[in-house]
Amino acid sequence: MQKKEMICIVCPLGCQLEVAEDSRAEKGYKVDGNRCKRGTEYGIKEMSDPTRVVTSTVRLKGAYLRRLPVRSDGPVPKKLVFECMKRIAEAEVQAPVRMGDVIIENILDTGINIIASKSMQPLQPLTAISP
Amino acid sequence: MYDFDIVVVGGGPAGLAAAIEAKNNGVDRILVIERDRELGGILQQCIHNGFGLQIFKEELTGPEYAERFILELQKKEIMYKTDTMAIHVSPDKLVTIMNAAEGISHIRAKAVILAMGCRERARGAINISGTRPAGVMTAGAAQRFVNMEGYMVGKEVVIFGSGDIGLIMARRMALEGAAVKMVVERKPYSAGLTRNIVQCLEDYDIPINYTHTIVGIKGRERLEGVVISKVDSKKRPIAGTEEFVSCDTLLLSVGLIPENELSEAAGVKLDPVTGGAVVNEAMETSVEGIFACGNVLHVHDLVDYVTLESRKAGKNAARYVKGLLEGEGTIIEIRAGSGIRYVVPHFVRLENLKDELELYMRCDDIYNDKKLIVKIDGKSVKEVYKRRLMPSEMERVKLDPKEVLRKAKGSITVEIEKEVQ
Ligand SMILES: Cc1cc2nc3c(=O)[nH]c(=O)nc-3n(C[C@H](O)[C@H](O)[C@H](O)COP(=O)(O)OP(=O)(O)OC[C@H]3O[C@@H](n4cnc5c(N)ncnc54)[C@H](O)[C@@H]3O)c2cc1C
Ligand code: SF4
Repeated sequence: MQKKEMICIVCPLGCQLEVAEDSRAEKGYKVDGNRCKRGTEYGIKEMSDPTRVVTSTVRLKGAYLRRLPVRSDGPVPKKLVFECMKRIAEAEVQAPVRMGDVIIENILDTGINIIASKSMQPLQPLTAISP
Repeated sequence: MYDFDIVVVGGGPAGLAAAIEAKNNGVDRILVIERDRELGGILQQCIHNGFGLQIFKEELTGPEYAERFILELQKKEIMYKTDTMAIHVSPDKLVTIMNAAEGISHIRAKAVILAMGCRERARGAINISGTRPAGVMTAGAAQRFVNMEGYMVGKEVVIFGSGDIGLIMARRMALEGAAVKMVVERKPYSAGLTRNIVQCLEDYDIPINYTHTIVGIKGRERLEGVVISKVDSKKRPIAGTEEFVSCDTLLLSVGLIPENELSEAAGVKLDPVTGGAVVNEAMETSVEGIFACGNVLHVHDLVDYVTLESRKAGKNAARYVKGLLEGEGTIIEIRAGSGIRYVVPHFVRLENLKDELELYMRCDDIYNDKKLIVKIDGKSVKEVYKRRLMPSEMERVKLDPKEVLRKAKGSITVEIEKEVQ
Protein backbone atom coordinates (compact mmCIF):
# COMPACT_ATOMS: atom_id res chain seq x y z
CA MET A 1 0.00 0.00 0.00
CA GLN A 2 1.30 3.42 -0.91
CA LYS A 3 1.28 6.01 1.84
CA LYS A 4 2.68 9.50 2.00
CA GLU A 5 2.93 12.30 4.53
CA MET A 6 2.63 15.81 3.19
CA ILE A 7 1.70 19.31 4.20
CA CYS A 8 -1.43 20.73 2.65
CA ILE A 9 -0.52 23.99 0.94
CA VAL A 10 -3.98 24.99 -0.24
CA CYS A 11 -4.21 27.56 2.53
CA PRO A 12 -1.73 28.98 5.05
CA LEU A 13 -2.90 26.71 7.87
CA GLY A 14 -0.64 23.99 6.42
CA CYS A 15 -2.32 20.87 7.84
CA GLN A 16 -0.17 17.76 8.14
CA LEU A 17 -1.83 15.21 5.86
CA GLU A 18 -1.42 11.50 5.58
CA VAL A 19 -2.54 10.14 2.25
CA ALA A 20 -2.88 6.40 1.78
CA GLU A 21 -4.11 4.24 -1.04
CA ASP A 22 -7.45 2.76 -0.14
CA SER A 23 -9.46 0.81 -2.66
CA ARG A 24 -12.63 1.27 -0.62
CA ALA A 25 -12.40 5.08 -0.75
CA GLU A 26 -14.34 6.83 -3.49
CA LYS A 27 -11.29 8.17 -5.30
CA GLY A 28 -8.89 5.41 -4.34
CA TYR A 29 -7.16 7.35 -1.56
CA LYS A 30 -7.86 8.07 2.06
CA VAL A 31 -6.72 11.41 3.55
CA ASP A 32 -6.21 12.14 7.27
CA GLY A 33 -5.14 15.23 9.19
CA ASN A 34 -6.97 17.80 7.08
CA ARG A 35 -9.06 20.50 8.69
CA CYS A 36 -11.29 21.03 5.66
CA LYS A 37 -12.53 19.38 2.47
CA ARG A 38 -9.98 21.08 0.28
CA GLY A 39 -7.28 19.13 2.11
CA THR A 40 -8.79 15.84 0.92
CA GLU A 41 -8.82 17.07 -2.66
CA TYR A 42 -5.27 18.34 -2.40
CA GLY A 43 -3.93 15.12 -0.88
CA ILE A 44 -5.47 13.00 -3.60
CA LYS A 45 -4.29 15.36 -6.31
CA GLU A 46 -0.71 15.48 -4.99
CA MET A 47 -0.60 11.69 -5.20
CA SER A 48 -2.23 11.27 -8.58
CA ASP A 49 -1.64 14.46 -10.57
CA PRO A 50 0.21 17.35 -8.81
CA THR A 51 -0.53 20.86 -10.11
CA ARG A 52 0.52 24.43 -9.30
CA VAL A 53 -0.72 27.92 -10.02
CA VAL A 54 2.01 29.75 -11.94
CA THR A 55 2.76 33.39 -11.12
CA SER A 56 5.32 35.50 -12.92
CA THR A 57 5.68 38.74 -14.85
CA VAL A 58 5.69 39.70 -18.53
CA ARG A 59 7.38 42.58 -20.30
CA LEU A 60 5.25 45.71 -20.29
CA LYS A 61 5.47 48.66 -22.66
CA GLY A 62 4.07 52.14 -22.25
CA ALA A 63 3.57 52.12 -18.47
CA TYR A 64 5.70 53.48 -15.66
CA LEU A 65 6.77 49.97 -14.66
CA ARG A 66 8.51 47.53 -17.00
CA ARG A 67 6.85 44.37 -15.73
CA LEU A 68 3.23 43.30 -15.47
CA PRO A 69 2.43 40.61 -12.88
CA VAL A 70 0.52 37.65 -14.30
CA ARG A 71 -0.84 34.32 -13.09
CA SER A 72 -2.47 31.22 -14.46
CA ASP A 73 -6.25 31.32 -13.99
CA GLY A 74 -6.12 27.75 -12.70
CA PRO A 75 -3.57 25.13 -11.71
CA VAL A 76 -1.29 23.64 -14.39
CA PRO A 77 0.44 20.26 -14.13
CA LYS A 78 3.56 20.62 -11.99
CA LYS A 79 5.77 19.13 -14.69
CA LEU A 80 4.75 21.90 -17.12
CA VAL A 81 5.64 24.80 -14.80
CA PHE A 82 9.06 25.51 -16.35
CA GLU A 83 7.66 25.19 -19.89
CA CYS A 84 4.98 27.73 -18.93
CA MET A 85 7.67 30.08 -17.59
CA LYS A 86 9.38 29.96 -20.99
CA ARG A 87 6.19 30.96 -22.82
CA ILE A 88 5.51 33.70 -20.29
CA ALA A 89 9.05 35.04 -20.76
CA GLU A 90 8.34 35.48 -24.49
CA ALA A 91 5.18 37.53 -24.00
CA GLU A 92 5.03 41.31 -24.13
CA VAL A 93 2.06 43.59 -23.55
CA GLN A 94 1.23 47.21 -24.12
CA ALA A 95 -0.50 49.38 -21.49
CA PRO A 96 -3.34 49.94 -20.75
CA VAL A 97 -4.08 46.54 -19.23
CA ARG A 98 -6.94 45.60 -16.93
CA MET A 99 -6.70 43.09 -14.11
CA GLY A 100 -8.04 39.76 -15.44
CA ASP A 101 -7.19 40.45 -19.13
CA VAL A 102 -6.04 37.29 -20.89
CA ILE A 103 -2.35 37.61 -21.77
CA ILE A 104 -1.75 34.08 -23.12
CA GLU A 105 -4.72 31.96 -24.11
CA ASN A 106 -4.77 28.22 -23.45
CA ILE A 107 -1.11 27.93 -22.49
CA LEU A 108 0.50 24.68 -23.70
CA ASP A 109 -2.97 23.34 -24.53
CA THR A 110 -3.80 22.98 -20.85
CA GLY A 111 -7.06 24.88 -21.18
CA ILE A 112 -5.62 27.39 -18.70
CA ASN A 113 -5.06 31.07 -19.53
CA ILE A 114 -2.36 33.40 -18.27
CA ILE A 115 -4.10 36.55 -17.01
CA ALA A 116 -3.00 39.97 -15.76
CA SER A 117 -2.84 40.29 -11.94
CA LYS A 118 -2.94 44.05 -12.09
CA SER A 119 -4.33 46.97 -14.08
CA MET A 120 -1.78 49.31 -15.61
CA GLN A 121 -2.54 52.76 -16.93
CA PRO A 122 -0.61 54.06 -19.94
CA LEU A 123 2.02 56.69 -19.19
CA GLN A 124 0.59 60.18 -19.37
CA PRO A 125 2.35 62.13 -22.10
CA LEU A 126 4.33 64.91 -20.45
CA THR A 127 2.58 68.22 -20.85
CA ALA A 128 4.91 70.95 -21.95
CA ILE A 129 5.53 73.56 -19.29
CA SER A 130 4.59 76.97 -20.68
CA PRO A 131 7.36 79.55 -20.51
CA MET B 1 -3.64 74.07 6.21
CA TYR B 2 -6.24 71.42 5.43
CA ASP B 3 -8.82 69.98 7.79
CA PHE B 4 -9.78 66.30 7.75
CA ASP B 5 -11.66 64.05 10.12
CA ILE B 6 -9.28 61.14 9.66
CA VAL B 7 -5.80 61.06 8.13
CA VAL B 8 -4.46 57.59 7.30
CA VAL B 9 -0.66 57.40 6.98
CA GLY B 10 0.26 54.59 4.56
CA GLY B 11 -1.77 53.23 1.64
CA GLY B 12 -0.96 49.53 2.00
CA PRO B 13 -3.62 46.92 2.80
CA ALA B 14 -3.81 48.22 6.39
CA GLY B 15 -4.40 51.85 5.44
CA LEU B 16 -6.86 50.95 2.66
CA ALA B 17 -9.00 48.71 4.87
CA ALA B 18 -8.99 51.23 7.72
CA ALA B 19 -10.02 54.11 5.44
CA ILE B 20 -12.83 52.13 3.80
CA GLU B 21 -14.19 50.94 7.13
CA ALA B 22 -14.10 54.46 8.60
CA LYS B 23 -16.13 55.65 5.62
CA ASN B 24 -18.56 52.75 6.06
CA ASN B 25 -19.04 53.97 9.61
CA GLY B 26 -20.18 57.40 8.61
CA VAL B 27 -17.07 59.56 8.44
CA ASP B 28 -16.65 61.39 5.15
CA ARG B 29 -13.59 63.55 5.32
CA ILE B 30 -10.82 60.99 5.11
CA LEU B 31 -7.39 61.37 3.49
CA VAL B 32 -4.90 58.58 2.79
CA ILE B 33 -1.22 59.56 2.45
CA GLU B 34 1.09 57.24 0.47
CA ARG B 35 4.73 57.93 -0.30
CA ASP B 36 4.91 55.46 -3.19
CA ARG B 37 3.68 56.13 -6.72
CA GLU B 38 0.67 53.91 -6.22
CA LEU B 39 -1.47 52.53 -3.42
CA GLY B 40 -1.22 48.89 -2.33
CA GLY B 41 1.95 48.81 -0.23
CA ILE B 42 4.16 45.76 -0.15
CA LEU B 43 1.46 43.70 -1.90
CA GLN B 44 2.35 45.26 -5.25
CA GLN B 45 5.62 43.35 -5.29
CA CYS B 46 4.19 40.09 -3.90
CA ILE B 47 3.13 38.66 -7.26
CA HIS B 48 2.70 35.13 -5.91
CA ASN B 49 -0.70 33.80 -4.97
CA GLY B 50 -1.94 32.97 -1.49
CA PHE B 51 -3.62 36.17 -0.40
CA GLY B 52 -7.24 36.59 0.57
CA LEU B 53 -8.41 33.10 1.49
CA GLN B 54 -10.15 34.36 4.62
CA ILE B 55 -11.53 37.60 3.26
CA PHE B 56 -12.45 36.66 -0.32
CA LYS B 57 -12.48 32.85 -0.06
CA GLU B 58 -10.20 32.66 -3.05
CA GLU B 59 -6.49 32.72 -3.61
CA LEU B 60 -5.33 35.98 -5.08
CA THR B 61 -1.95 37.43 -5.89
CA GLY B 62 -0.78 40.46 -3.91
CA PRO B 63 -1.57 43.01 -6.66
CA GLU B 64 -5.07 41.56 -7.12
CA TYR B 65 -5.79 41.71 -3.40
CA ALA B 66 -4.59 45.32 -3.35
CA GLU B 67 -6.53 46.30 -6.47
CA ARG B 68 -9.83 45.11 -5.00
CA PHE B 69 -9.34 47.48 -2.08
CA ILE B 70 -8.08 50.31 -4.26
CA LEU B 71 -11.19 50.04 -6.47
CA GLU B 72 -13.38 50.06 -3.36
CA LEU B 73 -11.59 53.14 -2.04
CA GLN B 74 -12.12 54.94 -5.33
CA LYS B 75 -15.76 53.88 -5.53
CA LYS B 76 -16.33 55.28 -2.05
CA GLU B 77 -14.67 58.51 -3.22
CA ILE B 78 -12.12 58.52 -0.42
CA MET B 79 -9.37 61.04 -1.09
CA TYR B 80 -5.77 59.97 -1.31
CA LYS B 81 -2.42 61.48 -2.17
CA THR B 82 0.32 59.32 -3.65
CA ASP B 83 3.96 60.36 -4.08
CA THR B 84 3.47 62.10 -0.76
CA MET B 85 5.39 61.47 2.41
CA ALA B 86 4.07 62.10 5.91
CA ILE B 87 7.06 63.56 7.73
CA HIS B 88 5.60 64.38 11.11
CA VAL B 89 2.59 63.65 13.25
CA SER B 90 2.21 65.71 16.40
CA PRO B 91 0.49 64.50 19.59
CA ASP B 92 -2.37 66.90 18.86
CA LYS B 93 -2.78 65.31 15.43
CA LEU B 94 -1.27 67.87 13.15
CA VAL B 95 0.12 65.90 10.21
CA THR B 96 2.93 67.37 8.12
CA ILE B 97 3.19 66.05 4.58
CA MET B 98 5.55 66.72 1.71
CA ASN B 99 5.50 66.15 -2.03
CA ALA B 100 7.17 67.51 -5.15
CA ALA B 101 4.14 69.44 -6.41
CA GLU B 102 3.05 71.21 -3.25
CA GLY B 103 6.10 71.19 -1.02
CA ILE B 104 5.30 70.98 2.66
CA SER B 105 1.73 71.26 3.91
CA HIS B 106 -0.07 70.70 7.18
CA ILE B 107 -3.28 68.85 7.90
CA ARG B 108 -5.29 69.15 11.06
CA ALA B 109 -6.96 65.81 11.77
CA LYS B 110 -9.45 64.73 14.40
CA ALA B 111 -8.03 61.21 14.30
CA VAL B 112 -4.91 59.68 12.74
CA ILE B 113 -4.48 56.06 11.70
CA LEU B 114 -0.85 54.92 11.51
CA ALA B 115 -0.45 52.24 8.80
CA MET B 116 3.17 52.65 7.68
CA GLY B 117 4.00 48.94 7.51
CA CYS B 118 7.50 47.71 8.23
CA ARG B 119 10.92 47.58 6.68
CA GLU B 120 13.45 44.80 6.37
CA ARG B 121 16.45 44.36 8.59
CA ALA B 122 19.51 44.93 6.42
CA ARG B 123 23.12 43.79 6.61
CA GLY B 124 24.03 46.44 9.18
CA ALA B 125 21.54 45.01 11.63
CA ILE B 126 23.03 41.52 11.63
CA ASN B 127 26.75 42.30 11.56
CA ILE B 128 28.26 39.93 9.00
CA SER B 129 31.95 40.59 8.59
CA GLY B 130 33.79 40.71 5.29
CA THR B 131 34.07 42.94 2.25
CA ARG B 132 31.32 45.12 0.82
CA PRO B 133 30.80 43.85 -2.72
CA ALA B 134 27.72 44.38 -4.90
CA GLY B 135 25.24 41.52 -4.79
CA VAL B 136 24.24 41.64 -1.12
CA MET B 137 20.71 42.92 -0.62
CA THR B 138 17.52 42.29 1.27
CA ALA B 139 15.10 39.76 -0.20
CA GLY B 140 12.41 42.41 -0.42
CA ALA B 141 14.64 44.74 -2.41
CA ALA B 142 15.37 41.87 -4.82
CA GLN B 143 11.65 41.16 -5.02
CA ARG B 144 10.95 44.71 -6.08
CA PHE B 145 13.78 44.67 -8.66
CA VAL B 146 12.67 41.37 -10.21
CA ASN B 147 8.89 41.68 -10.01
CA MET B 148 8.32 45.37 -10.63
CA GLU B 149 11.37 46.90 -12.28
CA GLY B 150 12.28 43.85 -14.34
CA TYR B 151 15.94 43.40 -13.36
CA MET B 152 17.33 39.95 -12.62
CA VAL B 153 19.54 40.37 -9.58
CA GLY B 154 21.91 37.41 -9.96
CA LYS B 155 22.65 33.91 -11.23
CA GLU B 156 23.93 32.00 -8.20
CA VAL B 157 22.00 32.75 -5.07
CA VAL B 158 22.33 32.05 -1.35
CA ILE B 159 19.58 33.16 0.97
CA PHE B 160 20.26 34.03 4.59
CA GLY B 161 17.27 33.64 6.89
CA SER B 162 14.15 31.62 6.24
CA GLY B 163 11.60 34.41 6.55
CA ASP B 164 8.73 34.27 4.09
CA ILE B 165 10.21 36.85 1.75
CA GLY B 166 13.40 34.81 1.49
CA LEU B 167 11.52 31.60 0.75
CA ILE B 168 9.34 33.26 -1.83
CA MET B 169 12.35 34.82 -3.51
CA ALA B 170 14.11 31.42 -3.53
CA ARG B 171 11.31 30.07 -5.70
CA ARG B 172 11.09 33.21 -7.79
CA MET B 173 14.82 33.16 -8.59
CA ALA B 174 14.70 29.42 -9.36
CA LEU B 175 11.76 29.96 -11.73
CA GLU B 176 13.67 32.73 -13.45
CA GLY B 177 16.55 30.33 -14.07
CA ALA B 178 18.98 31.19 -11.29
CA ALA B 179 20.78 28.46 -9.34
CA VAL B 180 19.50 28.83 -5.80
CA LYS B 181 22.13 27.01 -3.76
CA MET B 182 20.69 27.03 -0.29
CA VAL B 183 18.83 28.81 2.46
CA VAL B 184 20.89 29.31 5.63
CA GLU B 185 18.93 29.51 8.89
CA ARG B 186 20.41 29.98 12.35
CA LYS B 187 17.52 28.41 14.20
CA PRO B 188 16.62 24.72 14.08
CA TYR B 189 13.28 25.61 12.47
CA SER B 190 12.01 27.96 9.81
CA ALA B 191 11.04 31.58 10.40
CA GLY B 192 8.55 31.35 7.53
CA LEU B 193 5.22 29.65 6.97
CA THR B 194 5.28 25.88 6.55
CA ARG B 195 3.50 26.12 3.27
CA ASN B 196 6.29 28.29 1.92
CA ILE B 197 8.89 25.69 2.88
CA VAL B 198 6.89 23.14 0.89
CA GLN B 199 5.97 25.10 -2.19
CA CYS B 200 9.06 27.30 -2.44
CA LEU B 201 11.91 25.00 -1.40
CA GLU B 202 10.81 21.36 -1.64
CA ASP B 203 9.18 21.85 -5.04
CA TYR B 204 12.48 23.14 -6.42
CA ASP B 205 14.87 20.91 -4.46
CA ILE B 206 16.43 23.88 -2.68
CA PRO B 207 18.15 22.69 0.51
CA ILE B 208 17.74 24.52 3.81
CA ASN B 209 20.69 24.45 6.23
CA TYR B 210 19.30 24.80 9.72
CA THR B 211 21.54 25.82 12.67
CA HIS B 212 23.99 27.50 10.30
CA THR B 213 25.02 31.10 9.95
CA ILE B 214 27.07 33.20 7.57
CA VAL B 215 30.40 34.29 9.01
CA GLY B 216 32.08 35.85 6.00
CA ILE B 217 31.41 37.63 2.73
CA LYS B 218 33.99 37.36 -0.06
CA GLY B 219 34.51 39.38 -3.22
CA ARG B 220 35.74 42.83 -4.17
CA GLU B 221 33.53 44.36 -6.86
CA ARG B 222 30.93 41.62 -6.99
CA LEU B 223 30.13 38.99 -4.40
CA GLU B 224 32.09 35.78 -5.04
CA GLY B 225 30.90 33.67 -2.18
CA VAL B 226 30.01 33.39 1.49
CA VAL B 227 31.46 31.39 4.34
CA ILE B 228 28.89 29.45 6.30
CA SER B 229 29.40 27.87 9.68
CA LYS B 230 27.44 25.65 12.04
CA VAL B 231 26.18 27.28 15.24
CA ASP B 232 25.82 25.92 18.75
CA SER B 233 22.66 26.06 20.82
CA LYS B 234 23.41 29.70 21.70
CA LYS B 235 23.66 30.52 17.98
CA ARG B 236 27.41 31.07 18.19
CA PRO B 237 29.49 29.86 15.21
CA ILE B 238 31.43 26.67 15.91
CA ALA B 239 35.10 27.04 14.92
CA GLY B 240 36.26 24.50 12.37
CA THR B 241 32.88 24.02 10.70
CA GLU B 242 33.37 26.81 8.15
CA GLU B 243 32.59 26.07 4.55
CA PHE B 244 32.88 28.28 1.46
CA VAL B 245 29.84 28.52 -0.82
CA SER B 246 30.30 30.33 -4.11
CA CYS B 247 27.52 32.71 -5.17
CA ASP B 248 27.12 36.10 -6.81
CA THR B 249 24.06 37.12 -4.82
CA LEU B 250 23.18 37.00 -1.14
CA LEU B 251 19.61 37.75 -0.20
CA LEU B 252 18.89 38.65 3.41
CA SER B 253 15.60 37.62 4.91
CA VAL B 254 16.34 38.21 8.55
CA GLY B 255 13.26 39.88 9.84
CA LEU B 256 11.09 42.94 9.62
CA ILE B 257 10.96 45.99 11.84
CA PRO B 258 7.78 48.06 12.20
CA GLU B 259 8.41 51.52 10.83
CA ASN B 260 7.62 53.65 13.87
CA GLU B 261 9.65 56.86 13.60
CA LEU B 262 6.47 58.89 13.07
CA SER B 263 4.72 57.15 15.95
CA GLU B 264 7.56 57.93 18.32
CA ALA B 265 7.59 61.58 17.30
CA ALA B 266 3.87 61.67 18.05
CA GLY B 267 4.58 60.44 21.57
CA VAL B 268 3.10 56.98 21.00
CA LYS B 269 4.32 54.40 23.51
CA LEU B 270 5.93 51.34 21.89
CA ASP B 271 6.04 47.71 23.02
CA PRO B 272 9.68 46.55 23.04
CA VAL B 273 8.62 43.01 22.03
CA THR B 274 6.53 43.82 18.95
CA GLY B 275 8.37 47.02 18.04
CA GLY B 276 4.93 48.50 17.45
CA ALA B 277 2.57 50.66 19.48
CA VAL B 278 0.88 49.63 22.69
CA VAL B 279 -2.84 49.61 21.84
CA ASN B 280 -6.21 49.06 23.45
CA GLU B 281 -9.26 47.15 22.14
CA ALA B 282 -9.99 49.99 19.70
CA MET B 283 -6.47 49.78 18.19
CA GLU B 284 -5.90 53.18 19.74
CA THR B 285 -2.36 53.99 20.90
CA SER B 286 -1.30 55.70 24.12
CA VAL B 287 -2.09 59.02 22.39
CA GLU B 288 -5.81 59.67 22.28
CA GLY B 289 -7.19 59.66 18.75
CA ILE B 290 -4.11 58.08 17.18
CA PHE B 291 -4.71 54.52 16.01
CA ALA B 292 -2.35 51.89 14.57
CA CYS B 293 -2.87 48.76 12.48
CA GLY B 294 -1.12 46.32 10.17
CA ASN B 295 2.61 45.67 10.09
CA VAL B 296 3.43 48.94 11.82
CA LEU B 297 1.67 47.55 14.89
CA HIS B 298 3.12 44.04 14.78
CA VAL B 299 4.51 41.99 11.91
CA HIS B 300 1.83 39.89 10.22
CA ASP B 301 2.31 36.91 7.95
CA LEU B 302 -1.23 36.90 6.58
CA VAL B 303 -2.65 39.91 4.88
CA ASP B 304 -6.18 38.76 5.75
CA TYR B 305 -5.47 39.39 9.42
CA VAL B 306 -4.03 42.79 8.49
CA THR B 307 -7.34 43.63 6.85
CA LEU B 308 -9.43 42.42 9.79
CA GLU B 309 -7.35 44.30 12.33
CA SER B 310 -7.31 47.46 10.22
CA ARG B 311 -11.07 47.45 9.77
CA LYS B 312 -11.28 47.53 13.53
CA ALA B 313 -8.95 50.53 13.65
CA GLY B 314 -11.01 52.29 10.97
CA LYS B 315 -14.30 51.62 12.69
CA ASN B 316 -13.02 52.85 16.03
CA ALA B 317 -11.40 55.93 14.56
CA ALA B 318 -14.86 56.74 13.15
CA ARG B 319 -16.40 56.18 16.58
CA TYR B 320 -13.77 58.44 18.08
CA VAL B 321 -14.48 61.23 15.59
CA LYS B 322 -18.18 60.96 16.40
CA GLY B 323 -17.47 61.05 20.14
CA LEU B 324 -18.68 57.50 20.69
CA LEU B 325 -15.49 56.06 22.10
CA GLU B 326 -15.24 56.04 25.90
CA GLY B 327 -11.92 57.25 27.19
CA GLU B 328 -12.58 56.42 30.83
CA GLY B 329 -13.73 53.34 32.66
CA THR B 330 -12.44 49.95 33.71
CA ILE B 331 -9.18 48.99 32.07
CA ILE B 332 -8.21 45.34 31.88
CA GLU B 333 -4.64 44.43 31.04
CA ILE B 334 -3.95 41.66 28.54
CA ARG B 335 -0.81 39.70 29.34
CA ALA B 336 1.37 37.19 27.54
CA GLY B 337 1.69 34.18 29.84
CA SER B 338 4.14 31.31 29.62
CA GLY B 339 4.99 30.25 26.07
CA ILE B 340 3.52 33.40 24.54
CA ARG B 341 5.78 36.16 23.25
CA TYR B 342 3.20 38.89 22.93
CA VAL B 343 -0.52 39.56 22.65
CA VAL B 344 -2.15 42.44 20.77
CA PRO B 345 -4.11 44.42 21.93
CA HIS B 346 -2.45 45.19 25.24
CA PHE B 347 -5.48 46.63 27.08
CA VAL B 348 -9.23 46.50 26.90
CA ARG B 349 -11.53 49.21 28.17
CA LEU B 350 -14.63 47.32 29.19
CA GLU B 351 -16.97 50.23 28.43
CA ASN B 352 -16.01 50.02 24.74
CA LEU B 353 -16.30 46.30 24.34
CA LYS B 354 -19.16 45.97 21.87
CA ASP B 355 -17.96 43.28 19.47
CA GLU B 356 -15.97 40.14 19.98
CA LEU B 357 -12.60 40.66 21.61
CA GLU B 358 -10.02 39.35 19.14
CA LEU B 359 -6.55 38.62 20.45
CA TYR B 360 -3.59 38.19 18.11
CA MET B 361 -0.49 36.50 19.47
CA ARG B 362 2.75 34.70 18.73
CA CYS B 363 4.34 31.92 20.74
CA ASP B 364 8.03 31.78 21.69
CA ASP B 365 8.95 28.29 20.44
CA ILE B 366 7.51 25.29 18.61
CA TYR B 367 4.87 23.36 20.54
CA ASN B 368 3.02 20.23 19.45
CA ASP B 369 -0.36 19.02 20.70
CA LYS B 370 -0.87 21.79 23.20
CA LYS B 371 -3.76 23.84 24.40
CA LEU B 372 -3.81 27.59 24.14
CA ILE B 373 -5.44 28.77 27.36
CA VAL B 374 -7.11 32.13 27.98
CA LYS B 375 -7.56 33.05 31.63
CA ILE B 376 -9.57 35.87 33.06
CA ASP B 377 -8.27 36.85 36.49
CA GLY B 378 -6.52 33.53 36.75
CA LYS B 379 -9.51 31.37 35.77
CA SER B 380 -9.48 29.53 32.48
CA VAL B 381 -12.33 30.69 30.21
CA LYS B 382 -11.25 29.28 26.88
CA GLU B 383 -9.00 26.46 25.78
CA VAL B 384 -8.16 25.81 22.16
CA TYR B 385 -6.37 22.64 21.14
CA LYS B 386 -3.51 23.17 18.67
CA ARG B 387 -1.76 20.42 16.76
CA ARG B 388 1.16 22.72 16.22
CA LEU B 389 2.11 26.18 17.44
CA MET B 390 4.99 27.98 15.74
CA PRO B 391 6.59 31.39 16.29
CA SER B 392 6.28 32.04 12.56
CA GLU B 393 2.51 31.60 12.53
CA MET B 394 0.31 34.12 14.28
CA GLU B 395 -2.56 32.77 16.32
CA ARG B 396 -5.91 34.41 16.78
CA VAL B 397 -8.37 33.81 19.62
CA LYS B 398 -11.82 35.33 19.90
CA LEU B 399 -13.53 35.99 23.19
CA ASP B 400 -17.21 36.52 23.79
CA PRO B 401 -17.62 40.13 24.98
CA LYS B 402 -20.39 39.14 27.40
CA GLU B 403 -18.11 36.71 29.14
CA VAL B 404 -15.30 39.25 29.40
CA LEU B 405 -17.68 41.91 30.73
CA ARG B 406 -19.16 39.59 33.30
CA LYS B 407 -15.92 38.20 34.63
CA ALA B 408 -12.99 40.51 34.06
CA LYS B 409 -11.76 42.66 36.93
CA GLY B 410 -7.99 42.83 36.60
CA SER B 411 -6.39 40.99 33.72
CA ILE B 412 -6.66 38.54 30.86
CA THR B 413 -3.75 36.17 30.28
CA VAL B 414 -3.01 33.89 27.34
CA GLU B 415 -0.66 30.99 27.88
CA ILE B 416 0.32 27.64 26.49
CA GLU B 417 -0.58 24.63 28.57
CA LYS B 418 2.38 23.36 30.57
CA GLU B 419 3.72 19.81 30.37
CA VAL B 420 1.49 17.42 32.24
CA GLN B 421 3.47 15.22 34.58
C1 LIG C 1 7.48 39.34 0.64
C2 LIG C 1 6.21 39.19 1.40
C3 LIG C 1 5.42 38.10 1.14
C4 LIG C 1 4.18 37.95 1.77
N1 LIG C 1 3.41 36.86 1.45
C5 LIG C 1 2.15 36.77 1.95
C6 LIG C 1 1.27 35.69 1.52
O1 LIG C 1 1.64 34.83 0.74
N2 LIG C 1 0.01 35.67 2.00
C7 LIG C 1 -0.42 36.63 2.87
O2 LIG C 1 -1.59 36.59 3.25
N3 LIG C 1 0.39 37.63 3.31
C8 LIG C 1 1.68 37.74 2.87
N4 LIG C 1 2.51 38.78 3.30
C9 LIG C 1 2.07 39.69 4.37
C10 LIG C 1 1.31 40.93 3.94
O3 LIG C 1 1.60 41.28 2.62
C11 LIG C 1 1.69 42.09 4.83
O4 LIG C 1 1.46 41.68 6.13
C12 LIG C 1 0.86 43.34 4.49
O5 LIG C 1 1.21 43.84 3.23
C13 LIG C 1 1.07 44.44 5.53
O6 LIG C 1 0.26 45.55 5.20
P1 LIG C 1 0.52 47.02 5.74
O7 LIG C 1 -0.47 47.88 5.06
O8 LIG C 1 0.58 47.00 7.21
O9 LIG C 1 1.99 47.39 5.27
P2 LIG C 1 2.60 47.72 3.79
O10 LIG C 1 2.02 46.83 2.77
O11 LIG C 1 4.06 47.71 3.99
O12 LIG C 1 2.09 49.19 3.52
C14 LIG C 1 2.58 50.34 4.20
C15 LIG C 1 2.51 51.53 3.27
O13 LIG C 1 2.78 52.71 3.98
C16 LIG C 1 3.58 53.55 3.19
N5 LIG C 1 4.30 54.48 4.09
C17 LIG C 1 5.16 54.14 5.09
N6 LIG C 1 5.60 55.24 5.71
C18 LIG C 1 5.02 56.30 5.11
C19 LIG C 1 5.08 57.71 5.31
N7 LIG C 1 5.83 58.25 6.26
N8 LIG C 1 4.33 58.51 4.50
C20 LIG C 1 3.55 57.96 3.53
N9 LIG C 1 3.45 56.64 3.29
C21 LIG C 1 4.18 55.82 4.08
C22 LIG C 1 4.47 52.60 2.43
O14 LIG C 1 4.96 53.18 1.25
C23 LIG C 1 3.52 51.45 2.15
O15 LIG C 1 2.85 51.59 0.92
C24 LIG C 1 3.77 38.93 2.70
C25 LIG C 1 4.59 40.02 2.98
C26 LIG C 1 5.80 40.17 2.36
C27 LIG C 1 6.66 41.36 2.69
S1 SF4 D 1 -6.76 20.98 4.91
FE1 SF4 D 1 -8.00 22.80 4.62
S2 SF4 D 1 -7.51 24.03 6.42
FE2 SF4 D 1 -5.88 22.50 6.28
S3 SF4 D 1 -4.25 23.51 5.08
FE3 SF4 D 1 -5.55 22.38 3.66
S4 SF4 D 1 -7.01 23.88 2.92
FE4 SF4 D 1 -6.12 24.72 4.79
